[in-house]
Amino acid sequence: MIGTVLFDVRIWKVELRKRNFDCTEIDIMRIKVLAVLLAVSASAAVTASMSVQVRNAKVRATPSQLGRVVATAEYGDIVQAGTLQRGWYPVTTADGEQGWLHESALSKKPIAMRSGTSDAATGVSDDEVALAGKGFNEQVEAKLKADGTLDYTWVDRMAAFEVSEEQIKTFRTEGNLPGGAQ
Amino acid sequence: MNQRFSFLTMACSGLLLAALFFGCAEVTDIGTQLAQEAGVISADEAQSVKRGAKAIEKTYQDLTPEQEYYIGRAVVAQVLQGYPPLDQPEANAYVNLLGQSLAVFSERPETFGGYHFLLLDSDEINAFAGPGGLILVTRGMLRCCETEDELAAVLAHEICHVEKKHGLSAIKQGRLTEAFTIIAAESAKQMGSEELASLTREFEASVGDVVMTLTTSGYSRNQEREADAAAVQLLRRAGYPEASIITMLERMDKRLANAGGLGFAKTHPSAQSRADTLAGQVKQTELVPAPARQARFAAAMKPVVTNP
Repeated sequence: MIGTVLFDVRIWKVELRKRNFDCTEIDIMRIKVLAVLLAVSASAAVTASMSVQVRNAKVRATPSQLGRVVATAEYGDIVQAGTLQRGWYPVTTADGEQGWLHESALSKKPIAMRSGTSDAATGVSDDEVALAGKGFNEQVEAKLKADGTLDYTWVDRMAAFEVSEEQIKTFRTEGNLPGGAQ
Repeated sequence: MNQRFSFLTMACSGLLLAALFFGCAEVTDIGTQLAQEAGVISADEAQSVKRGAKAIEKTYQDLTPEQEYYIGRAVVAQVLQGYPPLDQPEANAYVNLLGQSLAVFSERPETFGGYHFLLLDSDEINAFAGPGGLILVTRGMLRCCETEDELAAVLAHEICHVEKKHGLSAIKQGRLTEAFTIIAAESAKQMGSEELASLTREFEASVGDVVMTLTTSGYSRNQEREADAAAVQLLRRAGYPEASIITMLERMDKRLANAGGLGFAKTHPSAQSRADTLAGQVKQTELVPAPARQARFAAAMKPVVTNP
């Protein structure tokens, strides 16, 4: 990005001289500085901090549903995300792992963890509070359970039905389903 | 002249771009500054006005995946009070394998707690999509499916209700405004017992709205059509023959006619009208189920659908 802009500046410089513009080296320097600033701010806009808004998100090697899982990111984790491409963000995790996360796993709003956890943030804004596990949360569920109105036994059993990536791939291969279409 | 004009345009657009980039940061600064200045007059008041206004603007779309997850759990717990689960590990494992291998191709593959499926021990022809991805399918509904491809169509339809947040949309706005106001007012500290009690009331009422829609009143005709259309796309992405949704709906229509308007019939537009609507969108292919898919479908489903 910076390279491209500097290349443009060189062309401008030649153009300016060709046209006998009254243009000093200082002017050229100014243009250069502006160009660099522009390039830096542009590249800064290309990646942005985003928060993982699901309990476990799979970071994949390729922007596809069955891409190899290279890392997992947890609720509240901050990742550096590039430009959204067909539903997928290129990301770098806090551990420096690179891969792709589906947009449904990410939020632009920072997620402030609840007080009492080690990640607890201070001085969070209203929007952050809204995402900080406040509201309809485990505290509310606990209160509901204590009031004795709902039985969660089967909800928990159901939530424990897990299927691995490998099982899905085998299931699709054995079922003769055309693989991994976008 | 033209060349000079184009050069000037180039330079100007560069400057404009720079202004745009720097402008963004400036706007945020001004915003913060203004907020601080408002705080000088009365920080608490300004904050509370701001929070109140924000809470009122919020809709079900502003519920976070985590909040949706807790609503979905309570919705399913409540639906299970009326529909007993089917405790058949092999059948449930198969439905989860099929359902989760479809969900990865959804436009919303990641939800807070992921997609999970459970069979219900009921002859009523029905299926329920709990917010966040907890999906329930009755034995009666399984009987409408003769192939894995048709069961895939049923699950895809339910996954699409989750994807489009149709369940959450049933929550009355007043409850959400109330809940968001409580959430905003509590700031970053732990909830007090009074706030927790009123929040739990709003939560229960919201869950009640969703359960009422799922079991009694049904989604809107438009939402059903939307879920059907999205299910066709989902089946296509996952490699299942999309015409299976039509054959499934036609069989369901026949069975519903015999069921005397129970279950699905009261919450869904007629299956035949849905099939007719889809006919134009679906790639019509000859439906010859792959032998491997048919074998595993039969193995997993036979004990379930033949039991009385």
